[in-house]
Amino acid sequence: MSRADALRPEGVRRRSPLWTLGLLGSELAVTVRRWRTLALLGVLAAVPVLIGIAVRIETRDGAPVGGGNGEGPAFITQITNNGLFLVFTALAATLPFFLPLVVGVVAGDAIAGEAGAGTLRYLLVAPAGRTRLLLTKYATVMAFCLLATMVVTVSALLVGALLFPLGELTTISGTRIGFTEGLGRALLIALVVAASLVGIAALGLFVSTLTNSGIAAMATTVGLLITVQIVDQIPQLHAVQPYLFSHYWLSFADLMRDPVYWDDLVKNLGLQGLYAAVFGSAAWARFTAKDINA
Amino acid sequence: MDEPSATQREPAPRRDQGDATASVIATRGLTKRYRGGQLAVDGLDLTVPAGSVFGFLGPNGSGKTTTIRMLMGLIEPTAGTARVLGRPMPRSARTVLPQVGALIEGPALYGFLSGRDNLLRYDAADPTADPRTRRTRVAAALDRVGLAAAAGKKARAYSLGMKQRLGLAAALLQPRRLLVLDEPTNGLDPQGMREIRTLIRELAADGTTVFLSSHLLDEIEQVCTHAAVMAQGRLVVQGAVSELAAGARDRLAVTTPDAAEATRVLKELGVGDVTADGDRVTGEPPERDLAEVTAALVAAGVRVRGLTVERASLEDAFVALTGEGFDVAG
Ligand SMILES: Nc1ncnc2c1ncn2[C@@H]1O[C@H](COP(=O)(O)OP(=O)(O)OP(=O)(O)O)[C@@H](O)[C@H]1O
Ligand SMILES: [Mg+2]
Repeated sequence: MSRADALRPEGVRRRSPLWTLGLLGSELAVTVRRWRTLALLGVLAAVPVLIGIAVRIETRDGAPVGGGNGEGPAFITQITNNGLFLVFTALAATLPFFLPLVVGVVAGDAIAGEAGAGTLRYLLVAPAGRTRLLLTKYATVMAFCLLATMVVTVSALLVGALLFPLGELTTISGTRIGFTEGLGRALLIALVVAASLVGIAALGLFVSTLTNSGIAAMATTVGLLITVQIVDQIPQLHAVQPYLFSHYWLSFADLMRDPVYWDDLVKNLGLQGLYAAVFGSAAWARFTAKDINA
Repeated sequence: MDEPSATQREPAPRRDQGDATASVIATRGLTKRYRGGQLAVDGLDLTVPAGSVFGFLGPNGSGKTTTIRMLMGLIEPTAGTARVLGRPMPRSARTVLPQVGALIEGPALYGFLSGRDNLLRYDAADPTADPRTRRTRVAAALDRVGLAAAAGKKARAYSLGMKQRLGLAAALLQPRRLLVLDEPTNGLDPQGMREIRTLIRELAADGTTVFLSSHLLDEIEQVCTHAAVMAQGRLVVQGAVSELAAGARDRLAVTTPDAAEATRVLKELGVGDVTADGDRVTGEPPERDLAEVTAALVAAGVRVRGLTVERASLEDAFVALTGEGFDVAG
């Protein structure tokens, strides 16, 4: 800390554009170091374990799952033949609620939690820059969508490999594909599931810019998730259903057809992109104009 | 932009307060009305000279923190302008704020991170902070506020004073041209307060302008070269501390059980504004030698227990200037 440094005119401190990424690294680390995040990821990791053990116990005597009448999450009847199906089953079981819940909690807390704790004002006078901070939060929440999905996927893969045989598998269309291709499709499905969460993540981040209470933002986001899920079930409201972020979620199963049926997958990704753009812009408009009073 | 030159490093009182280029903070008609209608700051014209240690005084709720939030670009003024380091805020926040260290309305920390990790995070938020020197600068800042030993402890487990010190350390992560400290000694023990005052003097000697809000008058009096007083969102007075204190006169004070007799003698000696309060008689200090006053009192049979000239404090100055006490307005 030389005196010359202190007295150098503004903007003259030589700096690298790469330094700006330091905030992203810090943000990712802070997000996953919260015990709440770890607990939620732990729950996600436990889901495949529970499904795997349940299926294993039920089929101990060679009986088919669910008494053979096809109940339970998609693909569950196939798990005993091929552990890889546990990945599909676990994703199908967590996508409607657990995964978006976890993403909603992290996204809702992103800005509002820092505002409530007062750390937001110190980030802004550092100065993080409002647009830069929001972009960093946005990128972190999106990365978290992928992380949360990967936790389910990897856990399911490990449990599936431990409890059940692996090998060739049969697609929904009835054709057989090799294990390697099956694994490739499982990873592709994981990516599509992660992308399916982008809509609620963007919505949660926008909600997060509206309040100074992390709890309120998390509750609102999760409340919206539940509301949307309910509206999606009411036949009389079918006119709005194609615009609900959850409407095409289960289209990821179409990746298990041969050939792949793309229509709903594309609609899903397009809808998620729309949510990301609309609520991303809304969050930016709100956050850059907001008085930071907390 | 006017750089502080070597001659300006000493926190000498400066006269050219109207000159915007020499001032580190300059506001014109700065006003903030909160949603809900509360007028928190009302037409503030504040000038903080470069190199000064500037005390920003006012009772609770007088608008100090609101002013600081506007200066730091956290909230948008309802009217008026604010320039920090010669540039308009909040528009120039990106270029101005890396040169400003701030403690605003108490520290805010990530409880689940250690003190050191808190500083690493705040430093990472500054895009002008060199990541190669980050660890060294964090260690130096921790050392400077006396937290080196507790650096690895979770911030959740810090005491109020330790949190306050960590907040100060965050403001000292880089060499700064301006430090804005909102009630920096809040929660500190007497030893801590002394350390902060020493730290402020050191920083000022290095040429850093320190803008320090407080409701403790004697704290301001001890470290500040300049001061401004707020009341109900308005600026009551600003200027060099020496000039402000000159607004209030010193007082001659005689302690005696014979107050009535002492009053009579002092009036005879030509002492002005003599008032008696219990066993204390005070008045304007006379031109003549105090020894003569003492002799006259004793000769008149007044039992003198003490006789002094009391130096005017900033509090006296404040009361003299405003005719009010230092109370919260509703
Ligand atoms: N977010 C807010 N919304 C509405 N009114 C506010 C808000 N923050 C402060 N005020 C009001 O504005 C006025 C000035 O408050 P401010 O916090 O600036 O005072 P202060 O001088 O910092 O006081 P203290 O010495 O207690 O810290 C007060 O009357 C307060 O009630
Ligand atoms: Mg305050």
